Amino acid sequence: MSEHIFRIWRGDSSGGDFVDYKTDVDDGMVVLDVLHRIQAKQAGDMAVRWNCKAGKCGSCGMEINGIPKLACMTRMNNYSQRDVITVQPLMTFPVIKDLVCDVSWNYEQNLKISPFKPSPPDSDGRHRMMQEDVDRIQEFRKCIECYLCQDVCHVIRNQGRKDRFVGPRFLIRAASLVLHPLDVEDRIPAVRDELGSGFCNITRCCTDVCPENIGITDNAIIPLKEHVTDRYYDPVAWILRKVTGRIRSGVE
Amino acid sequence: MNTDTATIQTFEHDVVIIGAGGAGLRAAIECSAQGLDTAVVCKSLLGKAHTVMAEGGAAAALGHNDPRDNWKVHFRDTMRGGKFLNHWRMAELHALHSADRIRELEEWGAVFDRNSDGYINQRPFGGHRYSRLAHTGDRTGLEILRTLQDHGVHQGIHVHQECTALTLLKDSDRISGVFGYWRDSGRFVVFKAKAVVISTGGAGKCWRITSNSWEYTGDGMEMAYSSGADLIDMEFTQFHPTGMVWPLSVRGILVTEGVRGEGGILLNSEGDRFMFRYIPDRFREETADSPEESQRWLEGETSARRPPELLTRDVVAKAILEEVDKGRGSPHGGAFLDIAGQRDAELIKRKLPSMYHQFRELAEVDITKEKMEVGPTLHYMMGGIAVDGETQMTSVPGLFACGECTGGMHGANRLGGNSLSDLLVFGWLAGRGVGVYIGALGNSPQVLSDQVEQARRDAVAPLNCDDGENPYLLHEELQYIMNKDCNIVRTGDGLERAIVELHKLKGKARRVQVSGASQYNPAWHEALSLRSMIVVAEAVALSALVRQESRGAHTRLDFDGEHEEWGKLNVVVSRQADGSMGVRKVDRGSPPDHLAAIAYSNLDSLEGGVHV
Ligand SMILES: Cc1cc2nc3c(=O)[nH]c(=O)nc-3n(C[C@H](O)[C@H](O)[C@H](O)COP(=O)(O)OP(=O)(O)OC[C@H]3O[C@@H](n4cnc5c(N)ncnc54)[C@H](O)[C@@H]3O)c2cc1C
Ligand code: SF4
Ligand code: SF4
Ligand code: FES
Repeated sequence: MSEHIFRIWRGDSSGGDFVDYKTDVDDGMVVLDVLHRIQAKQAGDMAVRWNCKAGKCGSCGMEINGIPKLACMTRMNNYSQRDVITVQPLMTFPVIKDLVCDVSWNYEQNLKISPFKPSPPDSDGRHRMMQEDVDRIQEFRKCIECYLCQDVCHVIRNQGRKDRFVGPRFLIRAASLVLHPLDVEDRIPAVRDELGSGFCNITRCCTDVCPENIGITDNAIIPLKEHVTDRYYDPVAWILRKVTGRIRSGVE
Repeated sequence: MNTDTATIQTFEHDVVIIGAGGAGLRAAIECSAQGLDTAVVCKSLLGKAHTVMAEGGAAAALGHNDPRDNWKVHFRDTMRGGKFLNHWRMAELHALHSADRIRELEEWGAVFDRNSDGYINQRPFGGHRYSRLAHTGDRTGLEILRTLQDHGVHQGIHVHQECTALTLLKDSDRISGVFGYWRDSGRFVVFKAKAVVISTGGAGKCWRITSNSWEYTGDGMEMAYSSGADLIDMEFTQFHPTGMVWPLSVRGILVTEGVRGEGGILLNSEGDRFMFRYIPDRFREETADSPEESQRWLEGETSARRPPELLTRDVVAKAILEEVDKGRGSPHGGAFLDIAGQRDAELIKRKLPSMYHQFRELAEVDITKEKMEVGPTLHYMMGGIAVDGETQMTSVPGLFACGECTGGMHGANRLGGNSLSDLLVFGWLAGRGVGVYIGALGNSPQVLSDQVEQARRDAVAPLNCDDGENPYLLHEELQYIMNKDCNIVRTGDGLERAIVELHKLKGKARRVQVSGASQYNPAWHEALSLRSMIVVAEAVALSALVRQESRGAHTRLDFDGEHEEWGKLNVVVSRQADGSMGVRKVDRGSPPDHLAAIAYSNLDSLEGGVHV
C-alpha cells in the first residue's frame, strides 16, 4: 500500500478547478479504482463514467497527466509516489460534470457514414469471405469508441474543425466499409467531402493513444487518402503505383 | 430539480424500449421496421451496454464446421444444459432461428471470423456438442452490438441515452409509459407509449464477486415485478467458473470460456488436471476420459470426445470450489488455467487477443507463457421476467421483455454462447409481438398524473432525508449477505438467514440518504438502484429456499441431486396485494411430444445420418 495525491478537475459547464485528494493505493490498482475509492470516501458526488473495468467498453476515457487514457487500464505502478497525478475530462468535448464530458458530437459524425450495402449472397444464401481478406477490417472493427483519438487530434482539438472533419474514429469506420469485401457502396466522394479526409495531416497522434493499438493513420487513413487522390487528382499516379507497387505519401 | 409534476418533460412514442444491449437494439430494429415510432432508453451511452463485453461467441447451428450439427442437436444440448427445466417452446424457437439471426447480422455488416471455406467460423464451447459459436476473436459482443447500433441509427430510432427508467406507468391494467430521470441533470422525464419492452439485462451487482458492471442492478426485473408481472426461475444464478481472482481490484472480471474452447486446461496446486474427477454420469458418454483423448480432440479428431474442462458451467464452477475447499487451490484462492502449455504464442494472441491484453495489463501475467489464476464469479441470471414464449409479452398487457432480464429460456443453467443468440432471436420476436399488440390496440392508454407524482416523490426521497443510511454501505451489506448465504452452494438455514437479513436491509433502505444535488450524483443513482437490487435479491433467496433439490446452477447442500418431481415445477415470484413478495410452485405441464422426442433422443438419430 502507498499514498498518492490525485489532482482532479471538479466542476461543470459553468467552470471548475482542480482539487487535491490524498489517498491510499493498494497493490494492483488502476486509476479508475483510485477514483472510485475517492468517490466512496471523500467525494460521493464526483462524476466518472465507466462500465466494464476491462478496457472493452470505452467509457472511461480521460486525460491522466495530460495524456488521454482509459482509467481502467492505467495501472498505478506506472507512477511513482512522488508524482501528483492530474486527472481531467477529455478536453476536446464540452464538460458535463467533473470527469464526464458530452461526447454526443461523435454520435452525430457516425450518422454521416451511409449504411453498409452488401452485394447479394451466393446462390446458397451465404456470403463467402476469406479470413485474410477481412483481417484488416477486423482491426478497425476492434474500435471501442473511447474517443481518445478524437480528443487528441489537433484538427478537432485546436483547429476547431468539428464542422468539417469527422475525426480518426470515423475515418477508420469508413475504411472498414471501403475495404469490406461485400460492400458495394461508392464511399470515396463522401470520404473527401462529408468526412473531410483532407484535413488530416498524418501526425499520427491518434494512433499513439489508441488503446486497441489500431493502426489508425497508416492502415486506415493513408489508404483512404490514396483512394481519394486516385479518384480526384492523380489517375496517372494510380497506374504508376499499380506498376511499381510503390506507396505514395498520403498528402493530398 | 423539477418539483412540479405538470412541468416534467414528456416524450411520446409508439414503443419505448428500456435497454440498448443486443436484445433492446434488436427489438428496436424490428419495431421500427414495422413503421412504429420507436425509442430506446439506456442508462449508459449507446454502444456501452453489457453486450459489448461478451467475448466468446454466439451459438447457432450453422453447421459450417461440422455438418452433423442442426437445430435439433442445438435444442437438445440447450435442454440438457438447462437440466430440462427450460421453457420448451422458447428453447425450440431459439434453436430454430438463431442461425438466421446470425446470417442477418452478416447482411448488416458484421464481420465474424472465417473458416477455411470462407464461411463464418465456429468455435467449441461448454455443453455444445459441436463447434457452434460464431465469433470475432474474443470480442464477439462488440461486433454484434456495433453492427446493431450502426444499422439501427439509420432507421430513425430515437435514442435517449444516460437516462434511467425508474417506474412503469399504467392506465388501469395496460402499460401507458415509463417514468425516469436524466443521469446528468437529474431531471425527471416521462415517456408516453403504447407498449414498453424491458431489456435491461441482469442483476449481478447484488453479489460481491461478479463479472457484471454497475448497470446490472436488476432494474427491469423490479419494474416488471412492481407492475404486476411474474418473475420465474430466480433461484438459478450462474456462476462462471473462470473469473480473475488477482489483483483484488479486478476480482470477478471474466476470463472467457473461449480459453478452454481453444484448449486451455484447469489444474490445481498439485498440478493435477482435476476435471477428469468431476464428470457427471449424464455427460460421461460424451466426455473424454483421458488427457490423451482430449489432446486428440484438440487436434481436430472428430471421433475424440470433448475435454472435461468444457463441461457445463455449473459443473466446472463447483469443481473449482471443491478443489479450493480441499486446500488444493492456487495462491489467491482459485485454480490454474493454462493455455500456454497447450497452444503456441501466436495462436493464443490471434484467437484470444483481449484475454492476452487483459492479463498483461491488469495482472502482469503473460498468458502465452504463464498460467492464469481463476475462480467462480457471478455472471448471469437464468431467472427473470416471465413472458409468453411466442410474443415475449408479460402478463401485463403492453409490457414485453427480452434478453437476460427474462426467465425460462435457459432453465437451470445457460450454455455459453446461448445468450447472444437469445438476444437476437427474442429481441426480434419481441419486436414482432409489439407490432401485433399495437396493431390490435383500440384507444391509446393515458399517463395518469398521480402515478407520475408518486414516482417522483419516491425518487427524491433520498435527497430529502436527514440522518439516514449511506447507500454505498447498504450495497456492501447486500453483497455480503448474498455472497455468504445465497452463493454457489446454499443451505435452508443460510437462505432463511439471508431472507431475514434482507428484510432488515429493506427497512434501512427506506431511510437512505444522499448529500449533494441531483445533478450527476453517483450516490443518488446508487440509492435508487439499491431498491431494485433488494427486490431481486429477495426473489432469488425465496425461490432458492423453495426449491428443495440441487439442479444446474442451484445447489442445496441439504438436498442432494435432482429430484424428479422438481423437474415438473417452476418457482414463480409475484407481488401480493399487500405489497409483500409471494412465491409459488407452478406445474410445467407435459412437454410437446415432438420436443420431448428430440430432447431425450440419442445423437445418432438427430445427426440425420451425416457422417464425417
Ligand atoms: C464479460 C462477459 C462476457 C460474456 N460473454 C458472453 C459470450 O461470449 N456469449 C454469450 O452468449 N453471452 C455472453 N455473456 C452474457 C451476455 O453478454 C449478456 O447476457 C447479454 O449481453 C445481455 O444482453 P441484454 O441485451 O439482455 O442486456 P445488456 O447488453 O446488458 O443491456 C442492458 C441495457 O439496459 C440498460 N438499462 C439497465 N437498467 C436500465 C434502467 N433502469 N433504465 C434504462 N436503461 C437501463 C443498460 O444501460 C443497457 O443499455 C457475457 C457476459 C459478460 C458480463
Ligand atoms: S493523424 Fe490525422 S486524424 Fe490522426 S491525430 Fe493526426 S491529424 Fe488527426
Ligand atoms: S480508434 Fe482507438 S482511440 Fe479511437 S475511438 Fe477507437 S479505440 Fe478509441
Ligand atoms: S470501463 Fe470500459 S473501457 Fe474502461
